[in-house]
Amino acid sequence: MRIAVCVKQVPEGAAKRIDPATRRLDRAGEGALNAYDANAVEEALRLKESAGEGEVVLLTMGPARAADAIRKALAMGADRAILVTDDAAAGSDLLATSIALARALEREQPDLVLFGQQAADSDGAVLWGAVADRLRRPLISQVAELTLADGVVTGKRQSEFGYDVIRAPLPAVVAVSDSINEPRYPSLKGIMGAKKKPQETLTLADLGVESDRAGEAGSRTEVLALSEPPSRGESRRIDGDGAAPEAIIAFLAEKRLV
Amino acid sequence: MDFSLSADQREIQALTREFAQTEIEPHAAGWDREHRFPRELYPKLAALGLMGVCVPEEYGGAGADFLSYILVLEELSRADAGVGATVAVHTSACTLPILVFGTDEQRSRFVPPLARGEVLGAFALTEAEAGSDAGSLRTRAEPDRDGWTITGAKQWITNGAHAGTFLLFARTDPETADARGVTAFVLDAAHVRATREEEKLGLNSSSTVNILIEGAHVGRDRVLHEPKRGFAVAMGTLDGGRIGIAAQAVGIAQAAFDTARAYALERRQFGRRIADFQAVQWKLADMATEIEAARMLVYRAAWLRQEGRPHTGPGAQAKLLASEMARRQTAEAIQILGGYGYTKEFPVERYYRDAKITEIYEGTSEVQRLVIARSLLASAGRTLAAR
Ligand SMILES: Cc1cc2nc3c(=O)[nH]c(=O)nc-3n(C[C@H](O)[C@H](O)[C@H](O)COP(=O)(O)OP(=O)(O)OC[C@H]3O[C@@H](n4cnc5c(N)ncnc54)[C@H](O)[C@@H]3O)c2cc1C
Repeated sequence: MRIAVCVKQVPEGAAKRIDPATRRLDRAGEGALNAYDANAVEEALRLKESAGEGEVVLLTMGPARAADAIRKALAMGADRAILVTDDAAAGSDLLATSIALARALEREQPDLVLFGQQAADSDGAVLWGAVADRLRRPLISQVAELTLADGVVTGKRQSEFGYDVIRAPLPAVVAVSDSINEPRYPSLKGIMGAKKKPQETLTLADLGVESDRAGEAGSRTEVLALSEPPSRGESRRIDGDGAAPEAIIAFLAEKRLV
Repeated sequence: MDFSLSADQREIQALTREFAQTEIEPHAAGWDREHRFPRELYPKLAALGLMGVCVPEEYGGAGADFLSYILVLEELSRADAGVGATVAVHTSACTLPILVFGTDEQRSRFVPPLARGEVLGAFALTEAEAGSDAGSLRTRAEPDRDGWTITGAKQWITNGAHAGTFLLFARTDPETADARGVTAFVLDAAHVRATREEEKLGLNSSSTVNILIEGAHVGRDRVLHEPKRGFAVAMGTLDGGRIGIAAQAVGIAQAAFDTARAYALERRQFGRRIADFQAVQWKLADMATEIEAARMLVYRAAWLRQEGRPHTGPGAQAKLLASEMARRQTAEAIQILGGYGYTKEFPVERYYRDAKITEIYEGTSEVQRLVIARSLLASAGRTLAAR
């Protein structure tokens, strides 16, 4: 069984900065493995461990520095990695990214493709949909519980009124929710061993992606304007001076929340 | 000159930081208040490989370099200095000397369980009457048919109540009252009895006990290095060990800085954030500068050690600067927090209490100055003689 996990390097830390000139996210600082992707890596490792066989392959597209994010996922236990990196890919939106990733996945022919629920930088939560469509494979998203048996993947996900249980034949694409598991810490042995694992670097040409379908040329998203989020209005601070519980209840009652 | 960490070092630092901030830091105040040694934590550190960071893989370690280990101690101590002390003594003062001075048989017997974290290590040198003057120790080892019988009392032994392996120093030559009569032994928990748990100013999640050795019989294979060469083992151990304590000091000071900075940005007085007052800005600037200076000395000493270069003087310089810096700057952190800093609502008073120990153990600041002066004057003497 081969499981591919698509991962992304995102700027480290919670604060995001958008460059007003290019209207692109500022990626100059330190990068890290997108935390949502760690859930997908963890789930892939668990599936492999419970099957007692298989291979977990990482796939990422990004600048050469994105190898750092891959290293962490390799240290967690993934078997090998593919990095798609190309100057012509800079500025790819999710449409362009989905083409390159789909091509790379076609080469690998995995039984299952896993994604995290979203990337913490752009928070799109749609790339997996685009990739599944290009691969013409079934997709289950927001999966909080995943099982594999007899060539069928079953995903359970929470909906507004209960749970959906969705089955799909393999090969399939699954986007896991961040509640699916608690990602393991990579061990020191894993970290030390990561650099010895196979890491393949591919260009867009290697994948047969035409240059007008990548980077800015291949992107269809346009950022028209940027604006500050609306202010949250007057805030009120209630100090813990003994009367705080009453004050909070009164506040909630006033807003008709209790 | 390249100041960047390697990819492995960065990953190890990031892992330890993430683990320490999620699994250790939230408990640190509680362990401090309850004076509790968090036994349950060590199997988790062991599973990640943090109990044998710089021990080669063939001996059960993670096979990382010494600087990686130093980064680990810094990050652990940033979350809880007591945990830093436990791991530092376990590794620098027990596991590594056995690796360096042991025979092949001793290494393969004692090191893997320590490096895998199945057994905790301790270092037993200090006695009631032998502190800085460790060479005057009185614990006796008497030869018998097939080995040695050891009798004595040791004081302030970190991990002493929880350890399975002890590096213990005893006098084998009663005729020689100084360091030249001392031999190093590797003992098991069964050979010693922990008596009194010390009550301390800080470092409360680290256990410090007195131990008794009551006529313990051990074979000749328990002698580490050669008989009467124990002091070379002790001094060699402390050469590397003090770099670890210096890293601990940097970690504590960094934690104090983090708290002080965050607080200064939030606390408002006279209608402004206190971070807007130049007096507070200058304190933060000095803190950050001194922390960074100490950190550079520590990393350099670690690098010298892993390059196999002389590091006795540089290690002592790192510990001297880092420990005195940590004591001063944790006090400044309290000052920035004002009255809140003096209360247990914030962690800075703990950092202040914890920082103080780094000026005392593995050689007091006075002893570090002695070591530094000795290395300076020895090399000056050599230069003159060469002329
Ligand atoms: C929490 C804690 C944990 C410890 N853990 C361990 C452990 O695991 N294993 C172990 O073996 N020991 C341990 N120790 C002991 C520690 O290493 C000693 O406390 C330290 O070496 C100093 O010895 P002392 O306390 O007897 O001070 P002393 O040697 O009595 O020194 C008292 C003062 O005199 C000064 N002084 C002494 N000699 C000189 C000199 N020649 N020149 C100038 N000034 C001098 C000292 O610097 C100090 O200021 C621990 C101690 C503590 C507090």
